[in-house]
Amino acid sequence: MSWLSLFSRRKSASVARERLQILLTHERVATSQSDLIPTLREEILAVVAKHVAVDPERVEVKIDRGKAVSLLEIDIEIPATAGAKIFSALPQATKGASGRLQEMAAKPA
Amino acid sequence: MAQVLVVTSGKGGVGKTTTTAALGAALAQHGQRVVVVDFDVGLRNLDLVMGAERRVVYDLTYVAQGNVRLHQALIRDRRIETLFLLAASQTRDKDALSEEGVERVIKELRASFDWVICDSPAGIERGATLAMRFADLAVVVTNPEVSSVRDSDRIIGLLDAKTEKAARGERMDKHLLLTRYDPIRAGRGDMLRIEDVMDILSIPLLAVIPESEDVLRASNLGSPITLASPKSAPARAYDEAAQRLMGVDKPVSIPNGRNGFLTKLFGRRAA
Repeated sequence: MSWLSLFSRRKSASVARERLQILLTHERVATSQSDLIPTLREEILAVVAKHVAVDPERVEVKIDRGKAVSLLEIDIEIPATAGAKIFSALPQATKGASGRLQEMAAKPA
Repeated sequence: MAQVLVVTSGKGGVGKTTTTAALGAALAQHGQRVVVVDFDVGLRNLDLVMGAERRVVYDLTYVAQGNVRLHQALIRDRRIETLFLLAASQTRDKDALSEEGVERVIKELRASFDWVICDSPAGIERGATLAMRFADLAVVVTNPEVSSVRDSDRIIGLLDAKTEKAARGERMDKHLLLTRYDPIRAGRGDMLRIEDVMDILSIPLLAVIPESEDVLRASNLGSPITLASPKSAPARAYDEAAQRLMGVDKPVSIPNGRNGFLTKLFGRRAA
């Protein structure tokens, strides 16, 4: 390394530090959620499946993290035949077969 | 009361076994009753680093399965009276250890020792989670290198999620032990500084072990470094770490690159 390049090039340690900080911010969120979503998906599906025939592939669980509130979104697609049965049983039918729950943010550590 | 300490890192080759042997020996040199336990089933090495490889008859797996009594498997160190080794099995696979079996062994060890030091295998699989499962505190061994820091961050996450202590809603006590640190390269800006690693991982610093040829020499000889070269910089750093674990309040010595130390207080605690 020439004498000049000492000044022109960024120190590798500061590059390392910055890369790690960016990467780990993402990974901490991803790993803290990694257990939660599959667990929720499995348990919610089990409850719904007790009463209505649903296709396990047609279930979507999403969490959007916000500052004050996070949104837990669960979309379960119900086949037409099973759907007709539910809506006739409900006093007031909802438009779609998707439900939205709001939960307070469970902040990752 | 006994303390169960796990030495862990995620990444392999960063100095977990060296650290287990050195901390175990240093604690025992201070009169503590210590057992070092190798959890690396199938790839045991703690016996070799401790110089007891030819004395292993029974191992952790035998005891965990209830086939032999604990005292039959414990190997007493020939140099320090209060230091013992419980080796891992070299021939079985990781499934040979059950959680219940390990729990029973740890409970029994707690009754006879001041310190139970669990040497974790690399990775985040079963062996690593079993080694940390019943720990009261953790020493996270990290090199000042991006892949090691990333893996340590992952292990810290597991310590807070997969341990008995975490399951009880308690906070796992975690300490950073930085190994292979080269103050000259860090000063030049070509190695992560101690402060960088502490900021990223946000756990308190237990010790900084300088890069040193004495470490390899000690493992060649089958002797923990605090016994092989007690005056060397790494041995002094490990000895200080042991004292700090025993509750002695002293600042962390930082290597100055001339086989000495620059005493510097790192007062920042975990976030």
